[in-house]
Amino acid sequence: MDRDPIYLDYSATTPVDPRVAAKMIPYLTEHYGNPASRSHPYGWTAEKAVENAREEVAKLVNADPREIVWTSGATESNNLAIKGAANFYASTKGKHIITVATEHKAVIDTVRELERQGFTATYLEPEPTGLVDLEKFKAAIRPDTVLASVMLVNNEIGVIQDIEAIGKICREHGVIFHVDAAQATGKVAIDLEKLPVDLMSFSAHKTYGPKGIGALYVRRKPRIRIEAQMHGGGHERGMRSGTLATHQIVGMGEAFRIAREEMEMENARIRKLRDRLLTGLQSIEETYVNGELDHRIPHNLNISFNYVEGESLIMAVKGIAVSSGSACTSASLEPSYVLRALGRSDELAHSSIRFSIGRFTTEADVDYTIALLKEKISKLRELSPLWEMYKDGIDISKVQWAAH
Amino acid sequence: MSHVYFDHNATTALDSRVLKAMLPFLTTQQGNATSRHAYGRFARDAVEQAREQVANAVGAYPSQVVFTASGTEANNFAIAGMAATLPNTQIAISAIEHPCVTRPAEMMQSRGWALAKIGVNHQCELAFAQLENALRKPTSLVSVMLANNETGAIQNIADVAELARKNGAYVHTDAVQALGKIDVNFEALNVHAMTISSHKIHGPQGAGALILDKRVDISPLLLGGGQEKGLRSGTENVAAIVGFGMACALAVEKLHEHALHTQSLRQQLEIGLQALDATIFSPHTARLPNTSFFAFPNIEGETLVMALDKKGFAVASGSACSSDSTEPSHVLLAMNVPPDLARGAIRVSFDASNTVEQVSAFLTILKQELKRLQQMVAIAA
Amino acid sequence: MAYSDKVLDHYENPRNVGSLDKNDPQVGTGMVGAPACGDVMKLMIKVNDDGIIEDAKFKTYGCGSAIASSSLVTEWLKGRTIDEAYAIKNSEIAEELALPPVKIHCSVLAEDAIKAAVADIKAKQAAKEA
Repeated sequence: MDRDPIYLDYSATTPVDPRVAAKMIPYLTEHYGNPASRSHPYGWTAEKAVENAREEVAKLVNADPREIVWTSGATESNNLAIKGAANFYASTKGKHIITVATEHKAVIDTVRELERQGFTATYLEPEPTGLVDLEKFKAAIRPDTVLASVMLVNNEIGVIQDIEAIGKICREHGVIFHVDAAQATGKVAIDLEKLPVDLMSFSAHKTYGPKGIGALYVRRKPRIRIEAQMHGGGHERGMRSGTLATHQIVGMGEAFRIAREEMEMENARIRKLRDRLLTGLQSIEETYVNGELDHRIPHNLNISFNYVEGESLIMAVKGIAVSSGSACTSASLEPSYVLRALGRSDELAHSSIRFSIGRFTTEADVDYTIALLKEKISKLRELSPLWEMYKDGIDISKVQWAAH
Repeated sequence: MSHVYFDHNATTALDSRVLKAMLPFLTTQQGNATSRHAYGRFARDAVEQAREQVANAVGAYPSQVVFTASGTEANNFAIAGMAATLPNTQIAISAIEHPCVTRPAEMMQSRGWALAKIGVNHQCELAFAQLENALRKPTSLVSVMLANNETGAIQNIADVAELARKNGAYVHTDAVQALGKIDVNFEALNVHAMTISSHKIHGPQGAGALILDKRVDISPLLLGGGQEKGLRSGTENVAAIVGFGMACALAVEKLHEHALHTQSLRQQLEIGLQALDATIFSPHTARLPNTSFFAFPNIEGETLVMALDKKGFAVASGSACSSDSTEPSHVLLAMNVPPDLARGAIRVSFDASNTVEQVSAFLTILKQELKRLQQMVAIAA
Repeated sequence: MAYSDKVLDHYENPRNVGSLDKNDPQVGTGMVGAPACGDVMKLMIKVNDDGIIEDAKFKTYGCGSAIASSSLVTEWLKGRTIDEAYAIKNSEIAEELALPPVKIHCSVLAEDAIKAAVADIKAKQAAKEA
């Protein structure tokens, strides 16, 4: 490789902010210690650092530090919240779960597992905008609905759900409400004092913190109970056992502190870059933005280039690091299930690219990206029999394709 | 901190070579190992290299290594995950397991499983006849730890495995404390699953692994992105995994040299302890070379730990995970140690960096503190 | 996904991109795949009176391996008889390009495209003779 590709995959993972790394490294070297070791200062230093970090995480979302439970990441938070609350409240509230077809796999697969264990589930289809229709959500609630799980910001298309309104509906019907906010921290303001949310999942590595650490918000008033999924030393007030990785927790705390202090200015800067990218790419014929733009984080642009296949497109744009569909499903050849849920054709889903902009993206990066895309799309369309047919005025949707 | 650290069974300092291997992944190499671009592939390669290092250290194949976030998670995964695919019969575990084996096993009782807790003798050796007896009942799962975190006692897992297999049960061993202190060989132990952890071997916190015979049906604990071939979803903690791999490579490199060193320190310590009339636990069985567990009558372990701490020595009064509670060690109770004596238990656990001088200094301070505390007890009486 | 050098070469510099006149009686066209599956290959061959393939052109919508597979077969086809072309096996394509297992279907598609183009030209010849 001549030089490192330009990183536009901040929704897959973010670089660790140098300030975060600087804060973490002492806890890897001189301050090692098991925070559960109460009997010597090695343990005390670690415990204090862990509690400071817990406060920082709580502050970003306006919660009480006692409402923050550490986990190994948002996947575990989602598993713990959904299995933990569903199992705890199944006998009193019922065994029906509502979620959305565009949730992260960590939510979808967990709900599917609960279905195998005797729960029933409704997977709401979002509107073509990517947003959940509140009336449809309300209509999905049944007397035995125990839990609803709706993500705040979608990882692929960046749309922001109206969590406040959905939470209100849940409250009215006594439904526990879980929100996956892994993609939201540092991008949208979250005030858990106001939001009617019972459980919320967080990740550090999507917000310039380290991988391997996350948290689950568990509301105290009104108190929400969850059944622990990991048992052992009884850490985290019994909700989640396992030795805590102090340096990672410290990193998450620092990352969330920076997010709280800088998100307003950062988002304004990122929005400008995104809009510049959008304008540039829209000058290419037959491009479609996936998901609506109004209720969307400024960091995300998901766009389909018609008549170009996604994987060859990724190959063509080696100079930039982007993702087609979500990173977690990159190993499979399936078109993005999120885009399909929006009603996008398979062809458009296949030719989608998610650009996600972040803290270290520059205007020059964006300009380079636009120029690169223009050149490569034109080259691939030259190669594409579908483009040729389109230019000849053939309606591709009417063609009978031989299945293979 | 100018403390002398004698608590290596709780956690260990990160080796500087491990840190060096990790640093790129905490700074410039931010890739998500499932991404297909250059950043992602670099991270993926690093994870796979670490998988090889871990496999090499424990006599397993790389494909048998499932990375988790901790030993606790690996133990929960092993017990709950295997149980989920097995008929609800009986699970047999030893009475001295870590809570992250005991608790998931206890949880299974609510789903109709019978739980057999197999005792140990006063030397902390598994009551094999009791296990044989328990296995007369249909049993699907057996879990016995390789080395105990408190006494350091080493169980004959190969025999446990043979017996379990003969009775058609899966067998799991928690080898978290054994790794890096004695030879650990997955194939020789003949178990279906084995737990190891990074931060006990000078690797970072945040990584563990379940070594798993892939013929075993196991249901994942964490569902989602399908990482680790669907067995453990969640974005790979690349830095910690890389550190774990390096730590494994280093742990086996000088294993015997280090074992000889810590064993001689322990001998020095225990000669001194005998002179102070300490009761040493499990002295006559195979033990981890670095671990000494002992007690003084009429002295609270916790009190002594605090006193030693003030004088600059970090030791433990039991397993760190249960330090919150004042209950005497469940391991000692299983060994039939009187509760009063068990409350006095202190654990010293060395590593290669500890020295003869440190042990001598420790014995001197211990003698002073004992005298002081015993006087206080006498006054109180 | 790590691509072999040969795949990268064909992908970066695809040979024989384009179309032939599909109404020419000497031109056979094979279009296989489906957009929904993520790949469509269009292969056109021009066959002279001796049954030798004089020219081959392709257009492909698909991943790098699909593009490389179709580019490669256009090179192979030129100068061969249609029967020789018909005998090309996907395994030869996969081997030449060192395709990983998940990309074998691209070579299958390329073989299908050849067979479809050959069938088309044979149908045209049969129609002419009839």
